[in-house]
Amino acid sequence: MEPIRDLKLTRRSLLIAGAVSASAMAVPQAGAQSANAADAADTHPNTVSGGVSFTVNDKPVTLELDTRTSLLDALREHLHLTGTKKGCDQGQCGACTVIVDGRRINSCLSLAIMHEGAKITTIEGLGTPDQLHPMQAAFVKHDGFQCGYCTPGQICSAVSVIDEIRQGIPSHVTGDLNVKPLLSVDEIRERMSGNICRCGAYSNIVEAITEVAAGQTGGKA
Amino acid sequence: MKAFTYQRATSTAEAAATAARTPNTRFIAGGTNLLDLMKLEIETPAALIDVNGLGFDKIEATADGGLRVGALVRNTDLASDARVRQDYAVLSRALLAGASTQLRNKATTAGNLLQRTRCPYFYDTNQPCNKRKPGSGCSAIGGYTRHHAVVGTSDACIATHPSDMAIAMRLLDAEVETVRADGSMRTIPIADFHRLPGNTPQIETALEPGELIISVKLPKPLGGVHAYRKIRDRASYAFALVSVATVILPNGAGRVAVGGVAHKPWRVEAAEQAWPQGARAVAERLMAGARTTDDNAFKVPLVHRTLAAAIADAKKG
Repeated sequence: MEPIRDLKLTRRSLLIAGAVSASAMAVPQAGAQSANAADAADTHPNTVSGGVSFTVNDKPVTLELDTRTSLLDALREHLHLTGTKKGCDQGQCGACTVIVDGRRINSCLSLAIMHEGAKITTIEGLGTPDQLHPMQAAFVKHDGFQCGYCTPGQICSAVSVIDEIRQGIPSHVTGDLNVKPLLSVDEIRERMSGNICRCGAYSNIVEAITEVAAGQTGGKA
Repeated sequence: MKAFTYQRATSTAEAAATAARTPNTRFIAGGTNLLDLMKLEIETPAALIDVNGLGFDKIEATADGGLRVGALVRNTDLASDARVRQDYAVLSRALLAGASTQLRNKATTAGNLLQRTRCPYFYDTNQPCNKRKPGSGCSAIGGYTRHHAVVGTSDACIATHPSDMAIAMRLLDAEVETVRADGSMRTIPIADFHRLPGNTPQIETALEPGELIISVKLPKPLGGVHAYRKIRDRASYAFALVSVATVILPNGAGRVAVGGVAHKPWRVEAAEQAWPQGARAVAERLMAGARTTDDNAFKVPLVHRTLAAAIADAKKG
């Protein structure tokens, strides 16, 4: 097996080669291809790249990317914001959760080039080691993690959960669809179900979110 | 993932025409299912057309008292819309029972209808699958079938449709509005939109090449008591073993559509005639002719009991 150092080199040189070949051939028009379905396998272009501009944690960035690059890989591999984690890469675990235009999404199941003009917030944009976001501080206080791998996604989701409840977005456990949902433990658990924690820190995560929610609303949780 | 060209569509008719004349093109909106399948090279488009800029992102009242839901309306927004919560509660409930918030924030109305099955043999590219590779055989038949279909199956495929939203749409008699490659529009009743597998399980919908969904029309509200009960292996974020959408109408009649049991949202209008005789009579007609295995025979009584529970709940108010 290749050492990781070599793999990295290999991939970088591949990306560079890909960018060169794509700019040489230009982006082909979809309508310019005319193979029939039988040789569908042959219709694939060589690596295609495209440009995209968005803001990440209030910083504008412009990237030239292979069209296949997920938002997750753009953040981690191109912008070196490695706080966002790759767990399953299939939208099943939530480790890659980031907030795009005010809504949390799985960054692994989204193409970076589809986010032209978007406002993206990652865990690095919520707080810093010197100045933790209240949710980060609450996760520390309540021991809301063990290994920590799912934590950035958990925290991005947790911040969004409080926002979603405040906006009145219902959930599967909301009793009456026409009444504003409560900031209850049941609501938090249901809304956090897209973030899996293999260490099983769930009860402490719920305590952390409950505390932040109570602090922000001034009410009892 | 195979390489692909990427274009942002600015005209609906052009998008449909381009997709029809370009082999191996897919529309992309939320992308939550398509990209997953592309990573596994189950879907291998050579060209993607991003339709997010086409503006079909509104929910509007129709002249006949219903709602027109834009194809690009996100699942979160559809479930949260005050009119949907009030008048089409079964649709809100079905949407909220599906996936996670992260996915619902991305997933669109049209994309949800077009979801592919989660049959593990469809996902395993090392195994024969008539849906993924027509004519290669069905690995599910004779395999592990706890999650598979029990009605409307064929010898070629026993996969289920995974959507919760589509079950509610079927219950409500929604209509799918599209633009075809020649620029003409048509309306497809939801009952005719999804297909049974037959000998061509790779053909899942009535859509023609290039045809683009622009909206889903909901008829005027039915009233009555709405319910969506989803039975799954964990309390949240899992596909249905069985799901039951019901509406019990003010006149005492009822409708039922079932998920997790067939290749399409399963509704048998004739079974609803038996409503006055109770849940068992309805469920027996609904599930008549079921072909089960040792793994999934539980689904037939589960439909009956879940329907009975939904009716009991509705009577309590």
